[in-house]
Amino acid sequence: MNPSAVAEPSAPPLTDADRAYLASLAPPATSPYQRLNPLTKATLATIATLSAFVLGGYLAPLAILGILVIPGALAAGALRRLVRGAALVSLPISISVALVSIFTRAGTTVLFTVGPFDATREGVDFAVQIILRLFVTAMALGLFGLTTEPHAFVVDLERRGLSPRVAFAAAATLETIPLMVERALAIQAAQRARGLDTEGSLGARIGGVMPLVGPVILSSLTEVEERSLALEVRAFGRPGRRDLLWTVPDDGRQRLLRWGLVVAFMAILVTRVSGILTPLP
Amino acid sequence: MLELRSVSYRYPGYARLVLSDVNLRIASGEIVGLVGRNESGKSTLCLVASGLAPGSVGGVLTGEVLIDSMPTRGLRPFDLAQRVGLVFQNPNTQRSGVTATVFEEVALGPVNLGLPVADSVERTRWALDTLKIEDLADRDPAKLSGGQAQLVAIASILAMRPAHLVLDEPTAQLDPEGTRLVGQALTALATTGSALLVAEHKTDLLDRLCSRVVAVDGGAIAMDGPAASVLGDPNFERLGVERPARYRIADEISAAGLTVPGAIP
Repeated sequence: MNPSAVAEPSAPPLTDADRAYLASLAPPATSPYQRLNPLTKATLATIATLSAFVLGGYLAPLAILGILVIPGALAAGALRRLVRGAALVSLPISISVALVSIFTRAGTTVLFTVGPFDATREGVDFAVQIILRLFVTAMALGLFGLTTEPHAFVVDLERRGLSPRVAFAAAATLETIPLMVERALAIQAAQRARGLDTEGSLGARIGGVMPLVGPVILSSLTEVEERSLALEVRAFGRPGRRDLLWTVPDDGRQRLLRWGLVVAFMAILVTRVSGILTPLP
Repeated sequence: MLELRSVSYRYPGYARLVLSDVNLRIASGEIVGLVGRNESGKSTLCLVASGLAPGSVGGVLTGEVLIDSMPTRGLRPFDLAQRVGLVFQNPNTQRSGVTATVFEEVALGPVNLGLPVADSVERTRWALDTLKIEDLADRDPAKLSGGQAQLVAIASILAMRPAHLVLDEPTAQLDPEGTRLVGQALTALATTGSALLVAEHKTDLLDRLCSRVVAVDGGAIAMDGPAASVLGDPNFERLGVERPARYRIADEISAAGLTVPGAIP
């Protein structure tokens, strides 16, 4: 018997029931698109966005939308929600892009005039192209956001070699937002009980938020030390890999798809930059 | 065995000693209660006994803290974590915030230790079972009552299988049933050979649980002896701690000139 052997008895191997239970801990995926590995969805979103910007024009972003984004949104049953969200997100920046480019872009065909400003056909053309790319970006990233559980993405990245510390920081940040909202509501309730007015006009509402800012931030900070100690007693910070309870499925076809997308994008980039691929309409 | 030899400690940035010349030795299998008024140094003693102060907290420590005769000085936090576990008072700050179920929360420590999944699962089930909270396994750890959350926090430390355990007011947020469960779990742990230090205001719990009680006052040990003699000492309440009900009731009865057959003399 080896006297230096670790005394800790090893647990019996996992049964099928154990494995099924651990798999059930992963965030539920309710549609075929959600079941895709988070990295596949992230690659799709990134390549769709970058290609839309590199290719430009009208046809290419629409084709990208039709090939890389809309089928996924349909598979996830989220097309309506996605279009509405993407339109809402890209609206403010689209308005400023439109105002700036329509009236300031030099062009030969004047469509109409507002005061000293000429709206040119070239300006309109440019603005629509930019807005189209922004919309593709919002759609692609929105689809990723709607169909990916942040925790699953972090777990998957850690399995691929991301440091547990970075993974923890990412996961903890995502989880902190609802906690801070909850804390702010509790502090708000306490302050209202002492007469703070948070109802009424916009001015009163903004004024009502100000007394919450300090307590919310300070109370979050004072807990930091206790939180970090509580993590240290649970061996957080031990170097080396962790054997995670559940993983997010991945397969050869998805790997092939990811590499295919990356190679296709590189090809687009090279041919576009070298001038082999002329701009599409 | 947990041992503090002539330990004095002050926090970083402070000149005042929070612990002064503390000598304490907790044998394996022994449950020692730690009492004292607020700010008497109980929590600091817990941090020092578990090696977190000065290791992680900073500050200056003189004397020696030994776990199973090994000095804690220089041990890294994750090494210490397997030798002595520390349960804090507030379950909310002990929640990692990165898990969606109680099962994953309790398993976080074993997973952090780099154990194979089968071992992490086995330890997690054992810890949940020990505290009788298996039925919480699938719940969201952020949506538990204070008592349930503290039981989960204790289970999270038990799952690390530390050789010894320090608990800083572990039942502060627990109802009587939760308090009883924690008491049972600690008794069971002590029989496995762990040394346990339990800081508590609930002296009735310590009366049932501990073989020995240590009282601190102003950062120094004021009383140290068998639980019955410390908790039953009339001078005990001068330290700002209430005696267990049975002693207070016995006093009332004898002050009224009555006797109860079989009562404490």
